[in-house]
Amino acid sequence: MDFPSTQFVPSRAMGTYEPIHQIGMWGENFKSISNPNISASVIVDVANKLENESETTSHEMLVPSSKHDQEASKPFDKIQRRLAQNREAARKSRLRKKAYVQQLENSRLKLIQLEQELERSRQQQGLYVGGGLEAGHLGISGAVNSGIAAFEMGYERWMEEQNKQICELRSALNAQISEIELRILVESGMSHYFELFRMKSSVAKADVFYVMSGKWKTSAERFFAWIGGFRPSELLKVLVPQIDPLTDQQILDVCNLKQSCQQAEDALSQGMEKLRETVSATLASGQMGQGTYVPQVAMAMEKLEALVCFVNQADHLRQETLQQMSYILTTRQAARGLLALGEYIHRLQALSNLWANHPREPA
Amino acid sequence: MDKVTRLVSENGLVLFSKSSCCLCYALKILFQEVGVTPTVHELDQDPEGREMERALMRLGCNVPVPAVFIGGKLVGSTNEVMSLHLSGGLIPLLRPYQSISN
Repeated sequence: MDFPSTQFVPSRAMGTYEPIHQIGMWGENFKSISNPNISASVIVDVANKLENESETTSHEMLVPSSKHDQEASKPFDKIQRRLAQNREAARKSRLRKKAYVQQLENSRLKLIQLEQELERSRQQQGLYVGGGLEAGHLGISGAVNSGIAAFEMGYERWMEEQNKQICELRSALNAQISEIELRILVESGMSHYFELFRMKSSVAKADVFYVMSGKWKTSAERFFAWIGGFRPSELLKVLVPQIDPLTDQQILDVCNLKQSCQQAEDALSQGMEKLRETVSATLASGQMGQGTYVPQVAMAMEKLEALVCFVNQADHLRQETLQQMSYILTTRQAARGLLALGEYIHRLQALSNLWANHPREPA
Repeated sequence: MDKVTRLVSENGLVLFSKSSCCLCYALKILFQEVGVTPTVHELDQDPEGREMERALMRLGCNVPVPAVFIGGKLVGSTNEVMSLHLSGGLIPLLRPYQSISN
Protein backbone atom coordinates (compact mmCIF):
# COMPACT_ATOMS: atom_id res chain seq x y z
CA MET A 1 0.00 0.00 0.00
CA ASP A 2 1.80 3.08 -1.17
CA PHE A 3 0.13 6.44 -1.59
CA PRO A 4 1.72 9.78 -1.02
CA SER A 5 -1.03 11.90 0.48
CA THR A 6 -2.22 10.00 3.47
CA GLN A 7 -0.52 8.59 6.51
CA PHE A 8 -1.79 5.81 8.70
CA VAL A 9 -0.77 5.16 12.25
CA PRO A 10 -1.34 1.89 14.02
CA SER A 11 -4.06 2.09 16.60
CA ARG A 12 -2.88 0.96 20.01
CA ALA A 13 -5.58 -1.48 20.86
CA MET A 14 -6.13 -3.37 17.67
CA GLY A 15 -3.28 -3.03 15.27
CA THR A 16 -5.54 -1.57 12.66
CA TYR A 17 -4.74 1.60 10.92
CA GLU A 18 -6.49 4.93 11.38
CA PRO A 19 -6.15 7.70 8.93
CA ILE A 20 -4.98 10.87 10.62
CA HIS A 21 -5.31 14.48 9.88
CA GLN A 22 -4.72 14.32 6.18
CA ILE A 23 -8.48 14.39 5.68
CA GLY A 24 -8.28 17.44 3.60
CA MET A 25 -5.81 15.89 1.22
CA TRP A 26 -7.81 12.68 1.05
CA GLY A 27 -10.92 14.69 0.43
CA GLU A 28 -9.06 16.53 -2.31
CA ASN A 29 -8.07 13.26 -3.89
CA PHE A 30 -11.65 12.26 -3.98
CA LYS A 31 -12.82 15.57 -5.25
CA SER A 32 -10.25 15.74 -7.97
CA ILE A 33 -10.64 12.10 -8.94
CA SER A 34 -7.45 12.69 -10.81
CA ASN A 35 -6.58 9.09 -10.20
CA PRO A 36 -9.76 7.28 -9.29
CA ASN A 37 -7.94 3.97 -9.14
CA ILE A 38 -5.75 5.05 -6.27
CA SER A 39 -8.71 6.22 -4.19
CA ALA A 40 -10.60 3.01 -4.80
CA SER A 41 -7.58 0.87 -4.00
CA VAL A 42 -7.09 2.81 -0.73
CA ILE A 43 -10.63 1.96 0.32
CA VAL A 44 -10.22 -1.68 -0.65
CA ASP A 45 -6.83 -1.87 1.10
CA VAL A 46 -8.21 -0.42 4.35
CA ALA A 47 -11.11 -2.82 4.13
CA ASN A 48 -8.70 -5.72 3.65
CA LYS A 49 -6.62 -4.59 6.62
CA LEU A 50 -9.70 -4.56 8.85
CA GLU A 51 -10.72 -7.93 7.46
CA ASN A 52 -7.36 -9.42 8.34
CA GLU A 53 -7.15 -7.84 11.79
CA SER A 54 -10.55 -8.81 13.14
CA GLU A 55 -11.59 -12.28 14.26
CA THR A 56 -14.92 -12.51 12.53
CA THR A 57 -16.21 -11.46 9.18
CA SER A 58 -19.55 -10.47 10.48
CA HIS A 59 -19.01 -6.81 9.80
CA GLU A 60 -19.61 -5.35 6.39
CA MET A 61 -16.87 -5.15 3.83
CA LEU A 62 -16.32 -1.74 2.44
CA VAL A 63 -17.51 -1.44 -1.06
CA PRO A 64 -15.37 -2.83 -3.87
CA SER A 65 -14.14 -0.66 -6.65
CA SER A 66 -17.16 -1.31 -8.83
CA LYS A 67 -19.12 0.97 -6.58
CA HIS A 68 -16.27 3.42 -6.54
CA ASP A 69 -18.24 6.18 -8.19
CA GLN A 70 -20.95 6.11 -5.50
CA GLU A 71 -18.35 6.13 -2.70
CA ALA A 72 -16.39 8.91 -4.26
CA SER A 73 -19.43 11.17 -3.94
CA LYS A 74 -20.25 10.31 -0.21
CA PRO A 75 -18.78 12.58 2.47
CA PHE A 76 -15.61 11.34 4.12
CA ASP A 77 -17.34 11.25 7.57
CA LYS A 78 -19.56 8.37 6.59
CA ILE A 79 -16.57 6.29 5.61
CA GLN A 80 -14.88 7.26 8.85
CA ARG A 81 -17.92 6.21 10.85
CA ARG A 82 -18.21 2.93 8.97
CA LEU A 83 -14.56 2.17 9.66
CA ALA A 84 -15.04 2.96 13.36
CA GLN A 85 -18.10 0.73 13.55
CA ASN A 86 -16.22 -2.13 11.92
CA ARG A 87 -13.36 -1.73 14.32
CA GLU A 88 -15.74 -1.74 17.25
CA ALA A 89 -17.50 -4.87 15.97
CA ALA A 90 -14.17 -6.62 15.51
CA ARG A 91 -13.05 -5.67 19.00
CA LYS A 92 -16.27 -6.95 20.58
CA SER A 93 -15.96 -10.15 18.59
CA ARG A 94 -12.44 -10.74 19.88
CA LEU A 95 -13.54 -10.15 23.47
CA ARG A 96 -16.42 -12.61 23.07
CA LYS A 97 -14.08 -15.24 21.70
CA LYS A 98 -11.65 -14.71 24.56
CA ALA A 99 -14.46 -15.16 27.11
CA TYR A 100 -15.63 -18.33 25.36
CA VAL A 101 -12.17 -19.87 25.33
CA GLN A 102 -11.74 -19.02 29.01
CA GLN A 103 -15.02 -20.77 29.76
CA LEU A 104 -13.92 -23.85 27.82
CA GLU A 105 -10.64 -24.03 29.73
CA ASN A 106 -12.47 -23.80 33.06
CA SER A 107 -14.89 -26.55 32.04
CA ARG A 108 -11.99 -28.75 31.02
CA LEU A 109 -10.29 -28.28 34.39
CA LYS A 110 -13.55 -29.07 36.15
CA LEU A 111 -13.92 -32.24 34.11
CA ILE A 112 -10.42 -33.37 35.05
CA GLN A 113 -11.17 -32.73 38.72
CA LEU A 114 -14.42 -34.70 38.50
CA GLU A 115 -12.63 -37.63 36.86
CA GLN A 116 -10.07 -37.66 39.64
CA GLU A 117 -12.76 -37.58 42.32
CA LEU A 118 -14.58 -40.40 40.60
CA GLU A 119 -11.44 -42.48 40.57
CA ARG A 120 -10.83 -41.73 44.25
CA SER A 121 -14.33 -42.76 45.29
CA ARG A 122 -14.08 -45.96 43.27
CA GLN A 123 -10.92 -46.76 45.16
CA GLN A 124 -12.61 -46.12 48.48
CA GLN A 125 -15.54 -48.33 47.63
CA GLY A 126 -13.17 -51.18 48.34
CA LEU A 127 -12.52 -52.58 44.90
CA TYR A 128 -9.12 -53.25 46.35
CA VAL A 129 -8.24 -53.90 49.95
CA GLY A 130 -6.25 -50.94 51.24
CA GLY A 131 -6.58 -48.57 48.27
CA GLY A 132 -3.44 -46.55 47.58
CA LEU A 133 -2.64 -42.97 48.41
CA GLU A 134 -1.68 -42.62 44.77
CA ALA A 135 -5.37 -42.57 43.82
CA GLY A 136 -5.31 -38.81 43.52
CA HIS A 137 -2.35 -38.88 41.18
CA LEU A 138 -3.72 -41.27 38.61
CA GLY A 139 -3.43 -40.36 34.99
CA ILE A 140 -6.03 -37.85 33.98
CA SER A 141 -6.45 -38.39 30.28
CA GLY A 142 -9.49 -40.31 29.13
CA ALA A 143 -7.34 -42.87 27.35
CA VAL A 144 -5.40 -43.70 30.52
CA ASN A 145 -8.55 -44.05 32.61
CA SER A 146 -10.27 -46.27 30.09
CA GLY A 147 -7.10 -48.40 29.74
CA ILE A 148 -7.06 -48.91 33.49
CA ALA A 149 -10.82 -49.48 33.66
CA ALA A 150 -10.55 -52.09 30.91
CA PHE A 151 -7.71 -53.82 32.73
CA GLU A 152 -9.61 -53.90 36.04
CA MET A 153 -12.64 -55.45 34.41
CA GLY A 154 -10.41 -57.89 32.59
CA TYR A 155 -8.63 -58.82 35.80
CA GLU A 156 -11.93 -59.52 37.58
CA ARG A 157 -12.84 -61.93 34.77
CA TRP A 158 -9.33 -63.34 34.87
CA MET A 159 -9.62 -64.13 38.60
CA GLU A 160 -12.99 -65.81 38.08
CA GLU A 161 -11.54 -67.98 35.33
CA GLN A 162 -8.47 -68.65 37.48
CA ASN A 163 -10.62 -69.92 40.37
CA LYS A 164 -12.54 -72.18 38.00
CA GLN A 165 -9.32 -73.64 36.63
CA ILE A 166 -7.93 -74.22 40.13
CA CYS A 167 -11.04 -76.19 41.06
CA GLU A 168 -10.79 -78.24 37.87
CA LEU A 169 -7.11 -78.99 38.54
CA ARG A 170 -7.88 -80.04 42.09
CA SER A 171 -10.59 -82.50 41.10
CA ALA A 172 -8.54 -83.73 38.12
CA LEU A 173 -5.57 -84.57 40.37
CA ASN A 174 -7.82 -86.33 42.90
CA ALA A 175 -9.59 -88.29 40.21
CA GLN A 176 -7.54 -90.41 37.83
CA ILE A 177 -7.90 -88.59 34.53
CA SER A 178 -5.77 -89.37 31.49
CA GLU A 179 -2.41 -87.81 30.77
CA ILE A 180 -3.84 -86.05 27.73
CA GLU A 181 -6.70 -84.45 29.64
CA LEU A 182 -4.33 -83.33 32.37
CA ARG A 183 -1.98 -81.92 29.74
CA ILE A 184 -4.85 -79.84 28.36
CA LEU A 185 -5.58 -78.43 31.80
CA VAL A 186 -1.91 -77.57 32.32
CA GLU A 187 -1.71 -75.87 28.92
CA SER A 188 -4.85 -73.83 29.75
CA GLY A 189 -3.36 -72.82 33.04
CA MET A 190 -0.13 -71.66 31.40
CA SER A 191 -2.00 -69.77 28.66
CA HIS A 192 -4.09 -68.12 31.31
CA TYR A 193 -1.01 -66.61 32.95
CA PHE A 194 0.37 -65.56 29.57
CA GLU A 195 -2.93 -63.79 28.95
CA LEU A 196 -2.43 -61.83 32.19
CA PHE A 197 1.04 -60.74 31.05
CA ARG A 198 -0.46 -59.52 27.76
CA MET A 199 -3.08 -57.52 29.64
CA LYS A 200 -0.40 -56.01 31.86
CA SER A 201 1.71 -55.07 28.86
CA SER A 202 -1.27 -53.29 27.38
CA VAL A 203 -2.11 -51.24 30.47
CA ALA A 204 1.61 -50.49 31.06
CA LYS A 205 1.53 -48.53 27.81
CA ALA A 206 -1.36 -46.46 29.16
CA ASP A 207 -0.01 -45.99 32.69
CA VAL A 208 3.16 -47.75 33.75
CA PHE A 209 2.83 -46.41 37.30
CA TYR A 210 -0.45 -48.24 37.63
CA VAL A 211 1.33 -51.53 36.87
CA MET A 212 4.22 -50.65 39.20
CA SER A 213 1.81 -49.92 42.03
CA GLY A 214 0.04 -53.28 41.71
CA LYS A 215 -3.22 -51.54 42.59
CA TRP A 216 -5.36 -54.35 41.23
CA LYS A 217 -3.89 -56.78 43.74
CA THR A 218 -4.45 -57.23 47.46
CA SER A 219 -2.10 -55.66 49.99
CA ALA A 220 -0.18 -58.84 50.88
CA GLU A 221 0.38 -59.58 47.18
CA ARG A 222 1.75 -56.05 46.77
CA PHE A 223 4.03 -56.55 49.75
CA PHE A 224 5.89 -59.27 47.85
CA ALA A 225 5.83 -57.52 44.48
CA TRP A 226 8.95 -56.98 42.40
CA ILE A 227 8.65 -54.65 39.39
CA GLY A 228 4.91 -55.06 39.09
CA GLY A 229 4.49 -58.76 39.92
CA PHE A 230 5.86 -61.80 41.69
CA ARG A 231 9.60 -62.41 41.84
CA PRO A 232 10.27 -65.59 39.81
CA SER A 233 13.02 -67.00 42.04
CA GLU A 234 10.84 -66.51 45.15
CA LEU A 235 8.04 -68.35 43.45
CA LEU A 236 10.32 -71.25 42.64
CA LYS A 237 11.36 -71.45 46.29
CA VAL A 238 7.72 -71.59 47.37
CA LEU A 239 6.46 -74.05 44.77
CA VAL A 240 9.26 -76.58 44.26
CA PRO A 241 8.74 -78.31 47.65
CA GLN A 242 5.11 -78.87 46.60
CA ILE A 243 6.17 -80.78 43.52
CA ASP A 244 8.30 -83.43 45.27
CA PRO A 245 9.55 -85.97 44.44
CA LEU A 246 11.86 -84.76 41.66
CA THR A 247 14.46 -86.79 39.82
CA ASP A 248 18.12 -85.88 40.20
CA GLN A 249 18.15 -84.36 36.73
CA GLN A 250 15.08 -82.32 37.56
CA ILE A 251 16.64 -81.09 40.80
CA LEU A 252 19.71 -79.97 38.85
CA ASP A 253 17.61 -78.28 36.16
CA VAL A 254 15.46 -76.47 38.71
CA CYS A 255 18.59 -75.38 40.57
CA ASN A 256 20.09 -73.94 37.38
CA LEU A 257 16.82 -72.23 36.54
CA LYS A 258 16.67 -70.67 40.00
CA GLN A 259 20.22 -69.38 39.67
CA SER A 260 19.60 -67.94 36.18
CA CYS A 261 16.43 -66.28 37.49
CA GLN A 262 18.29 -64.71 40.38
CA GLN A 263 21.00 -63.39 38.07
CA ALA A 264 18.44 -61.97 35.65
CA GLU A 265 16.47 -60.41 38.53
CA ASP A 266 19.65 -58.84 39.91
CA ALA A 267 20.46 -57.38 36.52
CA LEU A 268 16.98 -55.89 36.15
CA SER A 269 16.95 -54.61 39.74
CA GLN A 270 20.26 -52.84 39.26
CA GLY A 271 19.04 -51.44 35.95
CA MET A 272 15.99 -50.07 37.79
CA GLU A 273 18.25 -48.52 40.41
CA LYS A 274 20.26 -46.87 37.63
CA LEU A 275 17.00 -45.58 36.16
CA ARG A 276 16.02 -44.04 39.50
CA GLU A 277 19.44 -42.37 39.78
CA THR A 278 19.19 -41.04 36.24
CA VAL A 279 15.68 -39.62 36.65
CA SER A 280 16.59 -38.11 40.00
CA ALA A 281 19.78 -36.52 38.66
CA THR A 282 17.92 -35.12 35.65
CA LEU A 283 15.11 -33.75 37.78
CA ALA A 284 17.52 -32.13 40.23
CA SER A 285 19.80 -30.58 37.60
CA GLY A 286 20.23 -26.85 37.48
CA GLN A 287 19.50 -24.51 40.34
CA MET A 288 16.44 -25.17 42.44
CA GLY A 289 14.43 -22.47 44.12
CA GLN A 290 13.51 -20.12 41.30
CA GLY A 291 10.33 -21.96 40.47
CA THR A 292 11.31 -22.60 36.85
CA TYR A 293 11.81 -26.24 35.98
CA VAL A 294 9.96 -27.15 32.83
CA PRO A 295 13.04 -28.38 30.91
CA GLN A 296 14.21 -30.58 33.80
CA VAL A 297 10.77 -32.14 34.16
CA ALA A 298 10.49 -32.71 30.40
CA MET A 299 13.93 -34.37 30.25
CA ALA A 300 13.17 -36.51 33.31
CA MET A 301 9.98 -37.71 31.68
CA GLU A 302 11.90 -38.85 28.61
CA LYS A 303 14.18 -40.92 30.83
CA LEU A 304 11.20 -42.34 32.69
CA GLU A 305 9.87 -43.90 29.47
CA ALA A 306 12.40 -46.68 30.04
CA LEU A 307 10.25 -47.87 32.98
CA VAL A 308 7.83 -49.46 30.52
CA CYS A 309 10.72 -51.56 29.15
CA PHE A 310 11.62 -52.76 32.63
CA VAL A 311 8.06 -53.72 33.49
CA ASN A 312 7.84 -55.66 30.22
CA GLN A 313 11.18 -57.36 30.89
CA ALA A 314 10.05 -58.38 34.39
CA ASP A 315 6.87 -59.96 32.99
CA HIS A 316 8.93 -61.62 30.25
CA LEU A 317 11.09 -63.16 32.99
CA ARG A 318 7.99 -64.48 34.79
CA GLN A 319 6.67 -65.95 31.56
CA GLU A 320 10.00 -67.61 30.72
CA THR A 321 10.24 -69.08 34.23
CA LEU A 322 6.80 -70.67 33.92
CA GLN A 323 7.67 -71.91 30.46
CA GLN A 324 10.96 -73.48 31.54
CA MET A 325 9.31 -75.16 34.52
CA SER A 326 6.74 -76.72 32.20
CA TYR A 327 9.61 -78.22 30.17
CA ILE A 328 11.44 -79.57 33.23
CA LEU A 329 8.39 -81.10 34.95
CA THR A 330 6.10 -83.96 34.02
CA THR A 331 2.47 -83.16 33.30
CA ARG A 332 1.38 -84.30 36.73
CA GLN A 333 4.08 -82.27 38.45
CA ALA A 334 3.19 -79.20 36.38
CA ALA A 335 -0.45 -79.64 37.37
CA ARG A 336 0.52 -79.83 41.05
CA GLY A 337 2.71 -76.74 40.55
CA LEU A 338 -0.11 -74.72 39.02
CA LEU A 339 -2.48 -75.81 41.74
CA ALA A 340 0.03 -74.83 44.43
CA LEU A 341 0.58 -71.44 42.73
CA GLY A 342 -3.16 -70.79 42.63
CA GLU A 343 -3.55 -71.71 46.27
CA TYR A 344 -0.56 -69.59 47.30
CA ILE A 345 -2.20 -66.55 45.70
CA HIS A 346 -5.45 -67.38 47.51
CA ARG A 347 -3.59 -67.53 50.82
CA LEU A 348 -2.02 -64.15 50.14
CA GLN A 349 -5.44 -62.71 49.38
CA ALA A 350 -6.87 -64.26 52.53
CA LEU A 351 -4.01 -62.75 54.53
CA SER A 352 -4.82 -59.32 53.07
CA ASN A 353 -8.46 -59.76 53.98
CA LEU A 354 -7.69 -60.91 57.48
CA TRP A 355 -5.32 -58.03 57.99
CA ALA A 356 -7.91 -55.52 56.80
CA ASN A 357 -10.54 -56.86 59.17
CA HIS A 358 -8.31 -57.58 62.11
CA PRO A 359 -9.14 -55.27 65.05
CA ARG A 360 -6.17 -53.26 66.08
CA GLU A 361 -5.24 -51.34 69.22
CA PRO A 362 -6.34 -47.72 68.94
CA ALA A 363 -3.32 -45.41 68.62
CA MET B 1 32.99 -53.40 5.68
CA ASP B 2 30.73 -51.37 7.97
CA LYS B 3 31.80 -50.70 11.51
CA VAL B 4 29.24 -53.03 13.11
CA THR B 5 30.31 -56.00 11.00
CA ARG B 6 33.96 -55.23 11.66
CA LEU B 7 33.49 -55.00 15.43
CA VAL B 8 31.53 -58.26 15.71
CA SER B 9 34.03 -60.16 13.60
CA GLU B 10 36.99 -58.90 15.60
CA ASN B 11 35.43 -59.54 19.03
CA GLY B 12 33.76 -62.69 20.30
CA LEU B 13 31.32 -61.01 22.66
CA VAL B 14 29.98 -57.59 21.71
CA LEU B 15 27.31 -55.46 23.38
CA PHE B 16 26.08 -52.41 21.48
CA SER B 17 24.82 -49.93 24.03
CA LYS B 18 24.16 -46.30 24.84
CA SER B 19 25.64 -44.78 27.98
CA SER B 20 22.24 -43.36 28.97
CA CYS B 21 20.34 -46.64 28.45
CA CYS B 22 19.44 -48.34 31.74
CA LEU B 23 18.33 -51.56 30.06
CA CYS B 24 21.80 -51.77 28.47
CA TYR B 25 23.22 -51.29 31.96
CA ALA B 26 21.12 -54.22 33.18
CA LEU B 27 22.67 -56.46 30.51
CA LYS B 28 26.15 -55.30 31.47
CA ILE B 29 25.36 -56.40 35.04
CA LEU B 30 24.09 -59.77 33.80
CA PHE B 31 27.31 -60.44 31.90
CA GLN B 32 29.24 -59.49 35.03
CA GLU B 33 27.15 -61.98 37.06
CA VAL B 34 27.98 -64.82 34.69
CA GLY B 35 31.65 -63.90 34.68
CA VAL B 36 32.22 -62.48 31.19
CA THR B 37 33.46 -59.09 30.01
CA PRO B 38 31.90 -58.12 26.69
CA THR B 39 33.32 -55.55 24.32
CA VAL B 40 30.92 -52.70 24.97
CA HIS B 41 30.41 -50.13 22.24
CA GLU B 42 28.52 -46.99 23.27
CA LEU B 43 26.75 -45.72 20.17
CA ASP B 44 26.04 -42.31 21.67
CA GLN B 45 29.78 -41.78 22.07
CA ASP B 46 30.63 -42.79 18.51
CA PRO B 47 30.44 -40.17 15.74
CA GLU B 48 29.30 -42.97 13.43
CA GLY B 49 26.66 -43.95 15.99
CA ARG B 50 23.64 -43.08 13.83
CA GLU B 51 24.94 -45.09 10.90
CA MET B 52 25.65 -48.02 13.22
CA GLU B 53 22.10 -47.83 14.60
CA ARG B 54 20.77 -48.15 11.06
CA ALA B 55 23.10 -51.05 10.37
CA LEU B 56 21.86 -52.84 13.50
CA MET B 57 18.22 -52.35 12.50
CA ARG B 58 19.03 -53.73 9.04
CA LEU B 59 20.54 -56.81 10.69
CA GLY B 60 17.17 -57.48 12.30
CA CYS B 61 17.18 -55.64 15.62
CA ASN B 62 13.85 -54.07 16.57
CA VAL B 63 15.69 -51.64 18.80
CA PRO B 64 19.31 -50.72 18.06
CA VAL B 65 20.36 -51.03 21.72
CA PRO B 66 20.97 -53.20 23.57
CA ALA B 67 22.21 -55.58 20.88
CA VAL B 68 24.31 -58.66 21.74
CA PHE B 69 26.57 -60.55 19.33
CA ILE B 70 28.31 -63.79 20.31
CA GLY B 71 30.88 -65.33 17.99
CA GLY B 72 29.96 -62.86 15.26
CA LYS B 73 26.27 -63.85 15.30
CA LEU B 74 23.40 -61.71 16.47
CA VAL B 75 21.79 -63.10 19.62
CA GLY B 76 19.30 -60.27 20.03
CA SER B 77 18.18 -57.76 22.62
CA THR B 78 17.21 -58.08 26.30
CA ASN B 79 14.32 -60.47 25.58
CA GLU B 80 16.45 -62.94 23.66
CA VAL B 81 19.37 -62.82 26.08
CA MET B 82 17.07 -63.39 29.09
CA SER B 83 15.23 -66.27 27.40
CA LEU B 84 18.53 -67.83 26.41
CA HIS B 85 19.85 -67.51 29.95
CA LEU B 86 16.79 -69.06 31.59
CA SER B 87 16.78 -71.94 29.13
CA GLY B 88 20.40 -72.61 30.05
CA GLY B 89 21.70 -71.78 26.60
CA LEU B 90 23.62 -68.61 27.38
CA ILE B 91 26.44 -69.99 29.54
CA PRO B 92 27.56 -72.63 26.98
CA LEU B 93 27.74 -69.91 24.32
CA LEU B 94 29.80 -67.71 26.63
CA ARG B 95 32.16 -70.37 27.86
CA PRO B 96 34.98 -69.48 25.39
CA TYR B 97 34.84 -65.93 26.73
CA GLN B 98 34.59 -66.54 30.43
CA SER B 99 37.51 -64.95 32.26
CA ILE B 100 37.21 -66.85 35.57
CA SER B 101 36.09 -70.44 35.88
CA ASN B 102 32.51 -70.28 37.07
